[in-house]
Amino acid sequence: MNLTLKIWRQKNANDKGKMVDYPISGIEPDMSFLEMLDVLNEELINKGEEPVAFDHDCREGICGMCSLYINGEAHGPDRGVTTCQLHMRMFNDGDTIYIEPFRAAAFPVVKDLVVDRSAFDRIQHAGGFVSVNTSGNTIDANSIPVNKHDADDAFDAATCIGCGACVASCKNSSAMLFVGAKVSQFALLPQGQVEATDRVMNMVKQMDEEGFGNCTNTGACEVECPKGISLENIARMNREYLKASFKG
Amino acid sequence: MSGILNSSIGRKFAMALSALFLMIFLLQHFIINFSSIISADAFNNLSHFMGTNWLIQYIMQPVLIFGVVFHFVMGFILEIRNKGARQIKYAKNNGAANSSWMSRNMIYSGLFILIFLVIHFIDFWIPEINTKYIQGDMSGLLPSGEYRYYEELVHKFQPLWRVALYCLGFVFLALHLLHGFMSAFQSVGANNKYTRALKGFGKAYAIVIPLGFIIIALVHHFNH
Ligand code: HEM
Ligand code: SF4
Ligand code: FES
Repeated sequence: MNLTLKIWRQKNANDKGKMVDYPISGIEPDMSFLEMLDVLNEELINKGEEPVAFDHDCREGICGMCSLYINGEAHGPDRGVTTCQLHMRMFNDGDTIYIEPFRAAAFPVVKDLVVDRSAFDRIQHAGGFVSVNTSGNTIDANSIPVNKHDADDAFDAATCIGCGACVASCKNSSAMLFVGAKVSQFALLPQGQVEATDRVMNMVKQMDEEGFGNCTNTGACEVECPKGISLENIARMNREYLKASFKG
Repeated sequence: MSGILNSSIGRKFAMALSALFLMIFLLQHFIINFSSIISADAFNNLSHFMGTNWLIQYIMQPVLIFGVVFHFVMGFILEIRNKGARQIKYAKNNGAANSSWMSRNMIYSGLFILIFLVIHFIDFWIPEINTKYIQGDMSGLLPSGEYRYYEELVHKFQPLWRVALYCLGFVFLALHLLHGFMSAFQSVGANNKYTRALKGFGKAYAIVIPLGFIIIALVHHFNH
């Protein structure tokens, strides 16, 4: 395949940045998108140019490290996959492909396509956990019975890998799908009840402080989420938040 | 409870409550207007009741005005905040791949509704207030001794430009509600096994009510 890549290049956080065209040839349809970028970078290095910086780690769709806004969609045109699991067979010979970083004021660009998503970590630190004393008195997980339906929903919410595609796809750069999933994962289980009020209040407060937008319920996040996290999680977070606020 | 309007979810909750209230009001307004194409008497009687009942005039009317103003002011606030959450735009963004046009353009459909509402106020509300509370004529009667409401309604729908503007206003209202109806339920946290049925009902509401208003305007325009 022969392609024209239009890639966002930005030297560092303070650089203005711009889109740069790169023609590329010899791409196999079975290559992953990141392998295609590896081919480009090899060429750039051989020419003595600066390679394109992009995030990745596991390359098997589980870590949430890869990102990229490809042809106007987070993780590209395929559904239910991260960029590392996107394959070049989704594109045609001769295509022009736009490759941009995930854009949000709360996700500042570090370099080229790499953005800083530590805002998500800070939201997690604010309440995305249960406090359990694990020093010697661990309780058997099965000693607390959990309704199967709730366990399934909690598991589904827990599959969020924190990639940030929801924020990148949202016209408001809202993080509500991510935070909704993280709140739901605990709100659905008895273990999460003890800290339920503080958890949702603190996580939403942190989310707002990080500068993410408000949810308009467009549903773009749900469509682009590689893990199929459902909007029901946002509704659940809204309920949890309202319940917690009225409690005082 | 304190400072709920300072949080993203609180603001959305308030937005949805004002929107739910407006949708109930719209239904009531529609039923009364619809009576005008069935019976002039029924419309006159209903209008006179609404125009002179103290509960409607002194309680519901201020609540409605507050609701409308709150809704569009909060709409602008949310829009400004949301725009600020992404300072650098994408060179290429394929919004149509994951969301409806209506959902992405609530501020524009809303702005058009606001223009319509300003005209609507000048056309109907200001003359009403003038007649009733400035000139002090609470009788609701014409010099001929008949109720004035039906006459006034028919008269307003004579100029073609106004009918056209009304129709356009309601097209935008339909677009606003095609996304807004379900969105309001999601905002207050209602997403459950009834959501699918409610979605269908919301689509019907968003099309039938504005279309009904358009038909009423056209009937009066062409019948007189
Ligand atoms: C006066 C002019 C209006 C403006 C400027 C306006 C603006 C907006 C905006 C910007 C939103 C989206 C808020 C968000 O980001 O979620 C919205 C939502 C909504 N609007 Fe309006 N609107 C107007 C009038 C109306 C009217 C007359 C109705 C109904 C009769 C209505 C019903 C709704 C509903 C149901 C929602 C969804 C609420 C939610 O998502 O929670 N709007 N409006
Ligand atoms: S909700 Fe989906 S899109 Fe958002 S961070 Fe989690 S996995 Fe990524
Ligand atoms: S690199 Fe780990 S999910 Fe893509």
